[in-house]
Formats: sequence, structure tokens, C-alpha cells
Amino acid sequence: MEAGKTIAQKTGGNGPSLTREQFTQAFHDMLLIRRFEEKAGQLYGMGLIGGFCHLYIGQEAVVVGIQMALKDGDKIITSYRDHGQMLAAGMTARGVMAELTGRATGYSHGKGGSMHMFSREKNFYGGHGIVGAQVALGIGLAFANKYRGTDEVSIAYFGDGAANQGQVYESFNLAALHKLPCIFVIENNLYGMGTSIERASASHELWRNGEPWGIPGRRVDGMDIATVHEAAVEAVAHCRAGKGPYLLEMMTYRYRGHSMSDPAKYRKREEVDTVRKTRDPIDHVRQILLDAGVEDATLRSIENDVKAVVNDCAEFAQTSPEPDPAELYTDVLLEA
Amino acid sequence: MAIEVLMPALSPTMTEGTLARWLKKEGDAVSSGDVLAEIETDKATMEVEAVDEGILGRTLVAEGTQGVAVNTPIAILVAEGEDVPENLQQAQSSSSAETSAPEENTAPEAAVAKKTVAPASVSLPNAEPEKDWGETAEITVREALNQAMAAELRRDPDVFLLGEEVAQYQGAYKISQGLLAEFGEKRIIDMPITEHGFTGMAVGAALTGLKPIVEFMTMNFSMQAIDHIINSAAKTLYMSGGQMGCPIVFRGPNGAAARVGAQHSQCYGSWYAHVPGLKVIAPWSAADAKGLLRAAIRDPNPVVFLENEILYGRKFECPTDEDFILPIGKAKIERVGTDVTIVAFSIMVGTALQAAEQLAEQGIQAEVINLRTLRPLDTATIVESVKKTSRLVTVEEGWPFAGIGAEVAMQIIEHAFDWLDAPPVRIAGEDVPMPFAANLEKLALPQPQHIIDAVKGLV
Repeated sequence: MEAGKTIAQKTGGNGPSLTREQFTQAFHDMLLIRRFEEKAGQLYGMGLIGGFCHLYIGQEAVVVGIQMALKDGDKIITSYRDHGQMLAAGMTARGVMAELTGRATGYSHGKGGSMHMFSREKNFYGGHGIVGAQVALGIGLAFANKYRGTDEVSIAYFGDGAANQGQVYESFNLAALHKLPCIFVIENNLYGMGTSIERASASHELWRNGEPWGIPGRRVDGMDIATVHEAAVEAVAHCRAGKGPYLLEMMTYRYRGHSMSDPAKYRKREEVDTVRKTRDPIDHVRQILLDAGVEDATLRSIENDVKAVVNDCAEFAQTSPEPDPAELYTDVLLEA
Repeated sequence: MAIEVLMPALSPTMTEGTLARWLKKEGDAVSSGDVLAEIETDKATMEVEAVDEGILGRTLVAEGTQGVAVNTPIAILVAEGEDVPENLQQAQSSSSAETSAPEENTAPEAAVAKKTVAPASVSLPNAEPEKDWGETAEITVREALNQAMAAELRRDPDVFLLGEEVAQYQGAYKISQGLLAEFGEKRIIDMPITEHGFTGMAVGAALTGLKPIVEFMTMNFSMQAIDHIINSAAKTLYMSGGQMGCPIVFRGPNGAAARVGAQHSQCYGSWYAHVPGLKVIAPWSAADAKGLLRAAIRDPNPVVFLENEILYGRKFECPTDEDFILPIGKAKIERVGTDVTIVAFSIMVGTALQAAEQLAEQGIQAEVINLRTLRPLDTATIVESVKKTSRLVTVEEGWPFAGIGAEVAMQIIEHAFDWLDAPPVRIAGEDVPMPFAANLEKLALPQPQHIIDAVKGLV
């Protein structure tokens, strides 16, 4: 296949599909998240990462596909399952991993940890540990875009577990009322911690949850990068045009437990294995690229590059110093 | 490339576990994400996944082995065709691996040493007298708050006001009267009754650098939104390593009004003053209200601004200077005295002054300190006063337990214990939900006579 030519594969709509370069980039970005998270799991197991650690493995196509539809200045906010969003937003693997190990070189100088990381430079607004809080904050980011008269949009990610928090619906109302350029992305991985969506929600069609406020919604195969991207392009265009918020329900799956200390006994091993074997978002892109004539060696080379980055960041995160004791007292207040 | 697979810790407290079952055999090819083994702790069964790819060269710990310490090598991964290196062939026995449990506390000594709040943190007393702003005029607290917001809205286009009934209705208590006409609906924004949502929205906007003023119809309703005030606004600067400040003001009437019952009559002074990352202001006079609200709006940090409904209509002399502003964190000595220090804030400053006038008739000269700011507390001014009077009475409308009075008394015990001639006394609202009946409500709130009685017990 010629470079630059669109691969019309499973886009699920009439929007733009991805070029070979984009698929290749997506393969790299998704693989980076996967390998980064596996390494984080390993470091956690070695006692080098403490506290809570929620891995993104399985959901990589969601953030990578959406990020490809954004431009500089667009703002992102998410929950505590945030490592994937940060890497997709262009934050460095070193800075994120060093925050996970609680080191001075981490994005928050070791004072935030896995669930609380931010980057002003990359317009990443956290990393929030309170389920659903990021949704109200997210419409605030969109409010700021509108107040300043830009055409920037804001992405507020949340899980199916957060989808029934009261403030989510307050946020739907406010965003629709004020036509805020906010894309609500529900990452429906079927389980809010250990409770399945069927047991937690009377509504099983979360994409329709904005209907009372007239918020257009779409259910999207979140394991297919091209479909995710196409849906994101549509949602972004809607928001940039000043038509108000948009809701995307990304059907996805997390391979690991809710957090590192969750044995995930509420679902069968076969369920996980089936998704991994038949719907894995990275294997899917790999196959698309191979079918398009990309050589296996090219993919191997990307895998090696990713491995090198991940090994480097793990080394960095283990050898960086802990924060200076004086850091305990800094960043509580800004000088007036 | 031989790689050791280590016994993982799957929770922060796990130190050892049982290797229940191998799911891969020696010689099997494994890739990242494959489950190698199951391990059990007293709490759960977990899976050990491969992080690297290769051939399972050797398993070092047999199925069913109990007490395998975290970080003990349990298997060796090798590349295809590679042998397991000699030096890696023996498993460390679980007893010899006991030192490899993750260290719970690796913080340097200096970081854990500071368990107490250093009494030495009081700065020297404010030698500078309060600036003389010249000419004054009598205005109500309501007008003062209105003028403060109008002045800051004119000064900075990033400032905006949002809340219930702030725009078209002109404010539930008419604090925002006329602002919609001057600044328009982009900057004076009516909100639906949805405190949790709109507070979160305002905090989100503030994280980008805008400067919202959030009006709560009363601070009682801020309870709906307290998660955003504390978890989202107060903590984000710290959690972001200093990247994301949150310049926002949360304001509204606080404490008892008149005959509105328990759910509308609570002082949140000690609630918010408890939280690092917030500043908390409680003005009394019109000058306090105007000067401190302007400072709050300009402050780059989240500020909780506790007003009082009963004071809204009271008149006070207030500087007319266009640039009038007051510093946050500085108390004001409203009345100079030598015999006892009475510390109060908000409407209780007036109550304390009434008591002081009556005490003066009986020959007792009370010094009355108007705290103005609850956090950061102007401890230095209180300490200097107590060093002079040797007696302390605190007055607040809120509940006594863990209240502002308790904190002020403790500060004095830490910083001026040797100067005290009597134990400090707290005057506070009664330790009950606010009753509705007129007589009971009056009994629940501090009156001048309570202060007079307390002072007489000390001198």
C-alpha cells in the first residue's frame, strides 16, 4: 500500500479514516501505553510503586484515537486511571513513571502519585481521585475555552462507574445550557471496580444518558482505533462549531483488575482471554498494518523502540532521588 | 538475556504469599501479559503476568510453596536457545529472602521528624500600623461587597461572578445589584440550583487561570460542593507540584441569620479554616468586607469568604479611596485595652465591642481583636495582645468543639503560656443544632452578657 493512502478499514462511519502513517503512529502510541503499564505493574509488584495503581491495559485505542482528533490547546481531564491519557497527551514516560515511584523528577515532584498528575504544558488537567469530580471540572475547562473565545475543546473522560454520579448529570445540564465545547467520553469497560454495569446501572445505553438535555451521543467500538478516531473527529467538529457538548460511549475492556490489589474474581478468566484473543486493540492495528503490506521488521523495530523507552523510564524512575524534605512545605499556596 | 521473574507484591501490605500454581511449564514460550502463575495471600488469589517475552527457562519455586517472600526470584526467562545461567539456577530459600520485602518507609529522617507544629512559626508582630486611607463615607456591608466586586470586575476581564440568582434577580440578598447591567451576561452568570456541578465548573475554569467568584446563596449550600472546594480547589496546587493554582473566591452568607432553623444557620469557619491550601476570611465591617473581598479576588489561591446576612444592612465608615484594599492575614485591634483580650470574628466583633463598652463602665478595659482572616491566622497580633493583658476570651457564633476559639486558645498556650494569668475561656454557640423558636435561638447564640460574665471570672 502506498504511504499516505487512506486505509478504509472498519471506520464504522462515513468520516475520515486513517492513513498508513496514522495507523503506524497509533500502533506505536498504543504499544507504548501497553508496555508502560506492564512495567508499572512489575514495579508495583517489586514494591517500587506504592498506594493505588490503576492500569489502562486493554483500553489503549480509546485515548490514542481521540488524541489523534485533537489539536494543540485542547484540554484533557480524566479519573485516576490516567497513565494512558498522559502518555497520549505527549507527557514523557520518564516524568510519569517517576511520579509513580514518588520521585522528585515526577510530574508532581512526587507529591501527586499515580492518581494525581498534571501538565500545564500539555493541557492535561489531571488525574483525579474522586469518582466523577473530573466531569464537573471538565466542563469548567470547556467554559474557559468559550469565555476566552477560542475554538478549543475539552475532553472529560470518565468510566461507567462514574456515569451515575449526580454531578455528571449536573454537568450535562450546565454544558448543554451554556453550549460548552465539552466532549464527555465514557470509557465503558463493563465494571465499576467489581460491580458490572448491569448490576450498577438501570440505563445500559450510556450513550443515551445525555438525551434529556439534547446532548448527541454515540456508542463506539472502543477497541478499534479507526472507529474511535472517526467518532472523535465528528464530536470535535460538533464542539468546535459551537453546537455544545457531545457524548461518546467507548465500549472497551480492561484486562487487569480495577487496581493492582484487585484479583478480579467477579469475572471469568475466559471472558478476559476471549477479549484479548479476539478484540485486542493493538493486535488489531498490527494486523491492519501487516495486511497493508507493512513489513514485520518495521513493527519489530517499533516494538524495540518502545521497549527501550519503557526500560529507560523505569530506570529513571528507580534512580531519581526522592523529593527533598523541604518539598513537604512547598506548593501549598501561591505567593499573593 | 536471562531475566529473573520475582515474587510480586500485589498490595502495599503484602510481604509474602503462597505460589499456588504454575500456568506455564519450563520450556514454554511466553509473551508480555501471559499469566505465568497464581499466587495466594490470606486475602486473595492473584495472577503473575509476564512483563517480558522469552522462554520459561526454569521455575525456581515449586507449586504449593508457602511463605515465598516478595521479590524472591521464582522463575528465569531466557531467550530462545539460551541456557539458564549457572548462577541463577538456585532459588533463594524463602527464609533467606526475608530482607527483600518492600521497604515501607524509606523517607529520609528529616521528612518524618516534623510531627509537631513548630510554635516558632509565629512571625514578628505587625509593626506596621494599618495604612491610613484618608476620607471615609458611611456605607452598608452590602454596598461594600457590591463595590468590591464591581471594582475588580472592571479591573480584570478574567474575573466573573456566577451563582444562583446573581444576574437577573440581582442577587438573593442583592449583593450583585446592578452588576448584570454593567458587565453583561458573559460575566454575571445565573446558575441553576446545582451547587456541586457549578462549583466544579468554576474550579475547572480557575485551573486554567480564570478568576471566578462563586456566590453561594448561603454557605450552608456549599456543603453540596465541599468536595470541589477542598479536593479540587485547595489540593491541586500541591498535587501538581506547583503547576496548577486555583484563583477562585467562594463567598456567601455564613452562620445564623434570624429564625431560619438548623439547616440554614451554621458557621463554617472552622470547617474551612482546617484545610491547607485555602484562605478563609470572615469580615465584620463594611471596610473589612470591601478591602478584603478585593484582596480575595486578586489572590492567586482559593479563598473562602464568609459573610453574614444580618450584617449586610449595617452601616460602617469605609474609605472612599478608589484603591482601598486590605491585606489578607492581618487582624485588626478594634478597641485598645489592658485587662483582657477578646478575640472575635464576623458579627461577634460587634457583640464583643458591646460587652467591652459595658465592661469599661465597670472599670475593666478589654482589648477587642477582629480576626478578619481565619486562615492564615494572625497569631502574632493575638500573642502581643495577650502578653499585655494576660487574659484571653474567644467569641464565635459556631459550635465550640474543635472551633476557632479552640485553635486561638491553643496558639496562645503554645506561644504565650507564661504570660497567662488565667485559663483561656471560649464563648461559642451552644452545642446543639440551631432551634427555630425565637427564645431558644437567642439562648443558642453568644450574647454580650456571656462575654461580660466570662471576663469577670478572669479578672
